[in-house]
Amino acid sequence: MDLTTDYLGLRLKNPLLPGASPLVDDLDAVRRLEDAGAPALVMHSLFEEQITLEEAAEMADVDAHEYSFAEAATYLPTAGDFTLGPDRYLDQIGRIKRAVDIPVIASLNGTTPGGWTGYAQLMEEAGADALEINVYFLPTDPAETSADVEARLVDVVRRVSGAVSIPVAAKLSPFFSALPNLARQLHDAGARGLVLFNRFYQPDLDPEELQVKPTLELSDAYELRLRLRWLAILSACNPADLSASGGVHTGLDAVKAVMAGATTVQMVSALLRQGPGHFAEVLGFFNRWLEEHEYESLAQLRGSLNLSTCPDPAAFERANYLKVLQSWDGRPTSAKG
Amino acid sequence: MIPRPRRVTVDGNEATAAVAYALAETIAIYPITPSSPMAESCDEWSAKGRKNLWGTVPRIMEMQSEAGAAGAVHGMLQAGSLSTTFTASQGLLLMIPNLYKIAGELHPFVIHVAARTLATHALSIFGDHSDVMACRQIGLAMLCSATVQEAQDMAAIAHAATLRSRIPFMHFFDGFRTSHEVGKIGPLGDDVLRALVREEDVAAFRSRALTPDAPVIRGTAQNPDTFFQAREACNPFYAAVPGVVDDLFAEFAALTGRVYRPFEYEGDPAAEQVIVIMGSGAEAVAECSARLNNEGAKTGVLKVRLFRPWSVAAFAGALPDTVRSIAVLDRTKEPGAVGEPLYQDVVTALAEARCCGLLPRSCDPVVVGGRYGLSSKEFTPAMARGVFEELRSEVPRNHFTVGIVDDVSGASLPWDRSWDIEPDDVTRAVFFGLGSDGTVGANKNTIKIIGEETDNFAQGYFVYDSKKAGAVTISHLRFGPRPIRSTYLVGRANFVGVHQWEFFDRMDVLDVAAPGAVVLVNSVHGPETVWAALPREAQEMIVARKLKLFTIDAYRVARESGMGGRINTIMQTCFFAISGVLPREEAIAQIKKAIEKTYARKGSGVVQKNFAAVDATLAALHEVVVPEVADSPRRRPPVVPGEAPDLVRRVTALMLAGQGDMLPVSAFPVDGSWPLGTTKWEKRNLAQEIPVWDAGLCIQCNKCVLVCPHAAVRAKFYDKSGLSAAPETFKAVDFRSATAKGMSYTIQIAPEDCTGCTLCVQVCPAKDKANPRHKALDMAPQLPLRDAERANYEFFLGLPEPDRQTMKAEVKATQFFRPLIEYSGACAGCGETPYLKLLTQMFGDRLLIANATGCSSIYGGNLPTTPYTTGGDGRGPAWSNSLFEDNAEYGLGMRIALDKHHEQACELLRGMGADLGDDLVTALIGGYAGDGASIVAQRERVIALREKLQGRTDEAARRLALLADYLVKKSVWIVGGDGWAYDIGFGGLDHVLWSGCDVNILVMDTEVYSNTGGQSSKATPLGASAKFAVSGKELPKKDLALYAMMNGTAYVARVAFGAKDSQTVQAFAEAEDFPGVSLVVAYSHCIAHGYGMHHGLEQQKLAVESAYWPLFRFNPRRTAPGDEPLKLDSGAAKVPLSKYLANEMRYRILERSDPDHAKMLQEAAQRHVTGHFAEYERLRDAMRVPPEPSTN
Repeated sequence: MDLTTDYLGLRLKNPLLPGASPLVDDLDAVRRLEDAGAPALVMHSLFEEQITLEEAAEMADVDAHEYSFAEAATYLPTAGDFTLGPDRYLDQIGRIKRAVDIPVIASLNGTTPGGWTGYAQLMEEAGADALEINVYFLPTDPAETSADVEARLVDVVRRVSGAVSIPVAAKLSPFFSALPNLARQLHDAGARGLVLFNRFYQPDLDPEELQVKPTLELSDAYELRLRLRWLAILSACNPADLSASGGVHTGLDAVKAVMAGATTVQMVSALLRQGPGHFAEVLGFFNRWLEEHEYESLAQLRGSLNLSTCPDPAAFERANYLKVLQSWDGRPTSAKG
Repeated sequence: MIPRPRRVTVDGNEATAAVAYALAETIAIYPITPSSPMAESCDEWSAKGRKNLWGTVPRIMEMQSEAGAAGAVHGMLQAGSLSTTFTASQGLLLMIPNLYKIAGELHPFVIHVAARTLATHALSIFGDHSDVMACRQIGLAMLCSATVQEAQDMAAIAHAATLRSRIPFMHFFDGFRTSHEVGKIGPLGDDVLRALVREEDVAAFRSRALTPDAPVIRGTAQNPDTFFQAREACNPFYAAVPGVVDDLFAEFAALTGRVYRPFEYEGDPAAEQVIVIMGSGAEAVAECSARLNNEGAKTGVLKVRLFRPWSVAAFAGALPDTVRSIAVLDRTKEPGAVGEPLYQDVVTALAEARCCGLLPRSCDPVVVGGRYGLSSKEFTPAMARGVFEELRSEVPRNHFTVGIVDDVSGASLPWDRSWDIEPDDVTRAVFFGLGSDGTVGANKNTIKIIGEETDNFAQGYFVYDSKKAGAVTISHLRFGPRPIRSTYLVGRANFVGVHQWEFFDRMDVLDVAAPGAVVLVNSVHGPETVWAALPREAQEMIVARKLKLFTIDAYRVARESGMGGRINTIMQTCFFAISGVLPREEAIAQIKKAIEKTYARKGSGVVQKNFAAVDATLAALHEVVVPEVADSPRRRPPVVPGEAPDLVRRVTALMLAGQGDMLPVSAFPVDGSWPLGTTKWEKRNLAQEIPVWDAGLCIQCNKCVLVCPHAAVRAKFYDKSGLSAAPETFKAVDFRSATAKGMSYTIQIAPEDCTGCTLCVQVCPAKDKANPRHKALDMAPQLPLRDAERANYEFFLGLPEPDRQTMKAEVKATQFFRPLIEYSGACAGCGETPYLKLLTQMFGDRLLIANATGCSSIYGGNLPTTPYTTGGDGRGPAWSNSLFEDNAEYGLGMRIALDKHHEQACELLRGMGADLGDDLVTALIGGYAGDGASIVAQRERVIALREKLQGRTDEAARRLALLADYLVKKSVWIVGGDGWAYDIGFGGLDHVLWSGCDVNILVMDTEVYSNTGGQSSKATPLGASAKFAVSGKELPKKDLALYAMMNGTAYVARVAFGAKDSQTVQAFAEAEDFPGVSLVVAYSHCIAHGYGMHHGLEQQKLAVESAYWPLFRFNPRRTAPGDEPLKLDSGAAKVPLSKYLANEMRYRILERSDPDHAKMLQEAAQRHVTGHFAEYERLRDAMRVPPEPSTN
């Protein structure tokens, strides 16, 4: 079956993408992903904050010791024309571009207006075919309103879209009060696509040491549900391309995501667990499933169960909540049936 | 190669290294101050692929010592490779045997020496000619440079001359004064080097290479029948050298326009008084002579460039025959000689010249010799004038000194300190800064801007104090329309930058200001209040000298621009804005250009922040309206308190105030012996924040005390009654102890000695359950706490100390004992000093320390103040540093002496047995043991013995009285870093390991040569970048502990106090207890690892948890059935190695510059670590003593 997909203006061989992960650091893995059928690659994010922190740490911990002592002007070598900051990331874009023939979508998490636009331009110059803006922001200030948060986000998208000529997608968190409205604003501001959703790192607590423990768990299939709901809602009302990200582990998951309205489907955790070769299995299943279920085209599948097309739109809306609650019989799941 | 610009701004080391690198194929290197930067430059250029004159990248080889470098170079030359090396001081001495060989075999070769003082009564890293003069007899040609320009030019001449003459050359220049002076010079293009270095000479050298294709034998042994004649066979080659050099000088002049001579005279052609001098001091003499001649005198200076071979003809030809008196100035001292070497040569050469008719018989000048400038002592035109004046006297004094006041031998000449001849069109600026504020770096930038972007000439020289934390830097800058020849510090500045407000209270920073000078002050005080905040002395100086005062709150500007504590760019902008060296707008554009160049590699954020700082500076800079009279009621506080001992008040205080030059000879001990415990008189108040103790939350583990690198956190338990006189804010809590009931407990901070490193807070395990951010120690601003905590600390020190007999080898117990190393100049957060502190707490009252040169000898023994101190009983560590390479042997020698003293005391005791009482004798002989309780008991017996010896006059009694204290066992610890133990001192360490003697060796392993700036040692780990291993160390670190364990008879431990402090304490106790050699290898985090030292303990943990640094204790005497001689105190990896490596810049550098190579090395490192730990486990299992067979 012809799985060709247009995403952010890029023509892709199929709608399945390896999502933002450390796999792209390894050129061998990148080649294996291409061999396995990946139509494009999404790089993990460049974090402006990390660069800033690293610069500050170098200033405090390395530079501050220089020229302090007669016997040692410095304490570390200064060989190599390396630079701190984004260069390694930018170099990697170039290396991947040289290693494979598929488009590369760079990903950026900025913290300052200058950082967002500056790094976006550098990524474009480095050869990125598209840019994913990874909006990872946790509001902790009670004085900040949801409108402030949304306005800042829209502004970032507008600035970045204006600063680069490559297509821009915005990767969002699910924690917005009125996502359809925000999605519209983002599209109007220049976002050609929306990626649903980024996964907040959820720290754990260590009760013995009285510490917060940074942890990162890979996604599980349950997380797909949230994506399916919002893909279904947004695909019905927003012209932007939608990409599902989080919880897609199998070919069937991918089928569901496209049915809900996803233009593309991103996979990370499954690839990290099972290796780049797993991509081919998922793609194969996806293809087979469509053929076995006698779909004529991918377009026929896409959005076929979204809010405007599904037989029971209430299932995606509040009514479903009531229905599910009423069907609850109070017995433990394991005791059923 | 890329064409070089017409003018460059470099220091003498870089100028020299650039030539050496271009003309060498193989370079053997080893770090030693002040020559290390030459080797570092070559290594970096090689790593970057820079090519030499022949289009190949020279091969650089770091060796284990200078002796090793000399040996390697000898081999390189023997096999026909153009080779060079760099060294100084003791390093040069270590090369001497090979230099004899190289000279004897007529190998063309150049060694570049940044001439440095040899250690005698003390080590000194600074410059004089004592090292090169110790080589004058070897048979090397010796060519001396006096300036940065000359350092480059003579380097080229030396390389060309050695190839033409076959005589190896030593090219040398004054350490620091020339090696580290930044100047604007005309660089040498490759065309010049090609013209000087003839290919036929290179080909001839190649043809002599030792090769099996055309074999000869070299290095034979010869007998009395032939050695002498064969030795004389080289004479024609030496005779030709002056001519070769002269020819090259002529060719060089034609190529560059710069004219040099083997002996170069400058002054009145009919001079009557002449100073003969070699090195940078010649420039000061030349300036002086020119001024005196302008005033009608007839003086001149004869500069010696080609010191060996000495050409009598060239010397005589250069000297005006009108001369009536000559002073020969030597920058070295030869006690007991007729005179210093240059003086002796001049006297001999004059006699020979007159005898041979090279000088007229009428030329019969009086010749006197004098010493100047030892250890970079200032040598100024005023001092030269003092010498010229002496030469005019009827009978000039011989064997004088100049530049000091010698009130013991009366040898010193007087000079007029106020005589200043610097021209007005030279801008002279002096900046007082802290190392950490970036002042020196900014000034180097300023010199580059002015030197390379304007027609002005520029010079920079930088003076540092000897502290590693809170180091004061003084930058001396000159800019002017002519080449700057002033090879001395700025004495009269027309711009003074005081970058730290506190300096006004610590030293007389304005003394250097010329009348009408501009003074720039960094102060929190605004233009309206800054005047009132100045101490009276500073105000008086400002008024008297009509100084213009400007102020800026640079730290505020830095904070607001995101620059943290770096005020460098801000102060630099101020300098340009108010000094008028450049038009303001142009200056700012140039600063920004320089910022971009300097910081681009550090990231655009850093560049932007610096730009923001420049832009914000001018608005924050204010001129202060200076009142007509000084009115401050506040005087500068005394440098040391009034209760300090006499020597501290008379001598140390002057050194601390930057006036050590004023001290006369009589102020000093004659043999380098100094009293202990002087850091306590220097309250440096470095910490902006200090820890504050929450007594209620504290669990009394004493870990904070153990980790404090500066002994600024202390713990005591004491009887509650001791609190009756406590200051109001003194904190105490009930002591939690099963055995010491009813006592109080206190953790006390030394507020003025703390450096604010926060290690104590990091290690503190006691968290407030409701608010875990709050611990039993939290940091709080120092200033509001200072006075109260000072009083509390004083009170705390007076509280009673525990009885040594009660000490257990446990963390908590050891930390109640007074540290006998305190408030050292080590870096904030130092990873070494906690080990030394522990050592002194456990054994300090009976401890001899042999300390290898390195960081620990600098923070342990660099004047003005030293940290080792005594306990309440007056006993304390007896500390000494001999050299770098000999430390193990040095400590072994101490042990042997102590053992012999003890043996003789026992012999005397036995001989006098009946007289003294057999019981006492038996107890004294049997009571020789090293544990705390035995020591205390034995000391009491010695007191009893002394009472019995009192009044006895027989020889045995008198001898025994001298040796009685040796009946109490002393503990010898041989201490040093990895550069010593793994590399230069390894041969000696190996020998000591096999000696079986009762010594303990503590290796504080920072995995690089920390003191000289982080050069790779054999302890540097695989994958780490270090100087001399810029592209990442390719091999794993040497496992010294494993090596020592294979000895099979020594106690060996590997420790990391940040990972498992209890194991460290246990290892120290076992090492001390072990009756043979003990070696403890101690992980020491270090600023050279490239991360904040407050994370040092976490990194130690990760080093252990990743199995990179397995903890173990090996005791060959654990041989009982079921025993484990090798106890692994840490387990297999819990975390991947990458988790440890990722936090340190030394690993990340390579990730950035060459990610693929970094990945490959890190994977190799992980494989090595995994395999290595498994090896340890196998070893443990193999060594395990089988349990006794069951009797059932």
